Amino acid sequence: MLDASEGYITEDGRKIGGVVMEMKNITLRFGGVVAIKDISFDIREGEIRAIIGPNGAGKSSMLNVISGFYVPQEGEVWFHGKKRPAMRPYEVARQGIARTFQNIALFEGMSVLDNVMTGRLNFMSAGLLSQSIWRGKAEREEVENREAVEKIIDFLEIQHIRKTPVSRLPYGLKKRVELARALAAEPKLLLLDEPMAGMNVEEKEDMSRFILDVNDEFGTTIALIEHDMGVVMDLSDRVVVMDYGKKIGDGTPEEVRNNQEVIDAYLGVAHD
Amino acid sequence: MSDQLIYATEVILNGLMAGVLYALVALGFVLIYKASGIFNYAQGVMALFAAMTLVGIMNGQVPFAHLINATFGVHVTHFGWTIPALLAILLTMGVMILLAWAVQQFVMRHLVGQEPIILFMATIGLAYFLEGVADLMWGSEIKTLDVGLPQGLNVWIDDTTYGIFGYGFFIDNLDIVATVIAALLVAALVAFSQYTKQGRAMRAVADDHQAALSVGISLNFIWVLVWSVAGFVALVAGIMWGTKSGVQFSLSLIALKALPVLMLGGFTSIPGAIVGGLIIGVGEKLFEFAVGPLVGGATENWFAYVLALIFLVFRPQGLFGEKIIERV
Repeated sequence: MLDASEGYITEDGRKIGGVVMEMKNITLRFGGVVAIKDISFDIREGEIRAIIGPNGAGKSSMLNVISGFYVPQEGEVWFHGKKRPAMRPYEVARQGIARTFQNIALFEGMSVLDNVMTGRLNFMSAGLLSQSIWRGKAEREEVENREAVEKIIDFLEIQHIRKTPVSRLPYGLKKRVELARALAAEPKLLLLDEPMAGMNVEEKEDMSRFILDVNDEFGTTIALIEHDMGVVMDLSDRVVVMDYGKKIGDGTPEEVRNNQEVIDAYLGVAHD
Repeated sequence: MSDQLIYATEVILNGLMAGVLYALVALGFVLIYKASGIFNYAQGVMALFAAMTLVGIMNGQVPFAHLINATFGVHVTHFGWTIPALLAILLTMGVMILLAWAVQQFVMRHLVGQEPIILFMATIGLAYFLEGVADLMWGSEIKTLDVGLPQGLNVWIDDTTYGIFGYGFFIDNLDIVATVIAALLVAALVAFSQYTKQGRAMRAVADDHQAALSVGISLNFIWVLVWSVAGFVALVAGIMWGTKSGVQFSLSLIALKALPVLMLGGFTSIPGAIVGGLIIGVGEKLFEFAVGPLVGGATENWFAYVLALIFLVFRPQGLFGEKIIERV
């Protein structure tokens, strides 16, 4: 089923397309420490792809490679069938790859609305002059972008805090605002770094629902890192398992669950 | 109204106007500090550099004339043309943008992620370098700057107040113009940062670098933009101070007067820079008026610093600065 190059149909009837992003033999080193060792995997259009593994497995490093924050020493990143040259993070973002951060990186001084609006910056091309007299293109753009943003705010059920400064929000809501900002960019690929870290059961359920809804409603391709095995197995279509910078498993949640190496890694069997 | 009160009112008015000029310089500091966390010691020298460049361009002076003459054994000083003030101001702004780009490209870009004190040291270096370049480019003699701003006693105010109080207030036209321009500048800056795409990106960078990158903002571009805006503010301040007291190297010292203004207003607040400037302006004029005669005058030289010192003891974040909360 997974080998079909033109995609596949999931059990719940969603259509998964061809490969959007392919990581080929990625190796990332920090000085003498090897964070990622020769890892290859792909992400298909419309799927929810999870990267899991114990602490220090190199999951976040992998996400940082995809989003351009780290540049791997070896290996190639292919996006939409083209090899991606070395890029800065903002260039990657402009290509349509949005992300959230493990430790939440929001603009604390701005309101929720302003935060989400920054996600639309690349949809604005009106010149300074047009912006300053507030006519023509600038006005049209601002109205369009506001509509798009309001739609996302409604979708993630954060209307009641739109004008609140982010610094006053509780942790769970901040995570949701960060997701909203990433979504505002209408990403072709959405990267979520531990979207449920530090949340209680109820918040986790909410976030899971939002991730599924986003995927379903907008058809967004999502790659996420998660610690909580149970959550990952429910959410994702395919899972990459990392341990000590190496890939030890790749497949459907079912396949991964039955993989002896994965079980060992999670139960802490000694490495030889 | 008693005579004392009338004099005091005039002193306060003059103080407010002087304060506006302090606020103009302080504004340049706040802009860069907010966006990049750098305390730009060179802000005063930037004002000097801008004013000198403006005069040089207006008079058709050959830049680096001494250097060219010494190297090639020629004798050039002027191109022989003069350039209208408005065009010269635009050209000078172009030079300031070029300077902003150079600062980012050759200095700040290489210091990303360094300690604030290292960045501060870099701007001290920049200040001396720029002072040297200004000297080499345009020469060190004192020049007059006249871009056509009205100067001298405002007759209307003098007449009106004479009619009411029997004593004419002395208010300089230049001070009135400066106040109006400063108000416009602040309004424009606020509108720029609140309502434009670039302003939004600037605030985003000021808040969180990583997050800014993740939504596709180029840090380099924003920093060049911020230094350009600071260059523009320096140009406006340079024009005002240069018109008032001539373009000379002591102009860079007005940056020191901006320090107490920042301590009062807080390093991160644009309204703070303005209110801080006004308080210092009024404070030092009133103090000189009331206490000066008792201690032999010249209190304006130190009053601002002492006031800042008192503020540092009781309210270190300034009037409008972000509150310092320490977590234990």
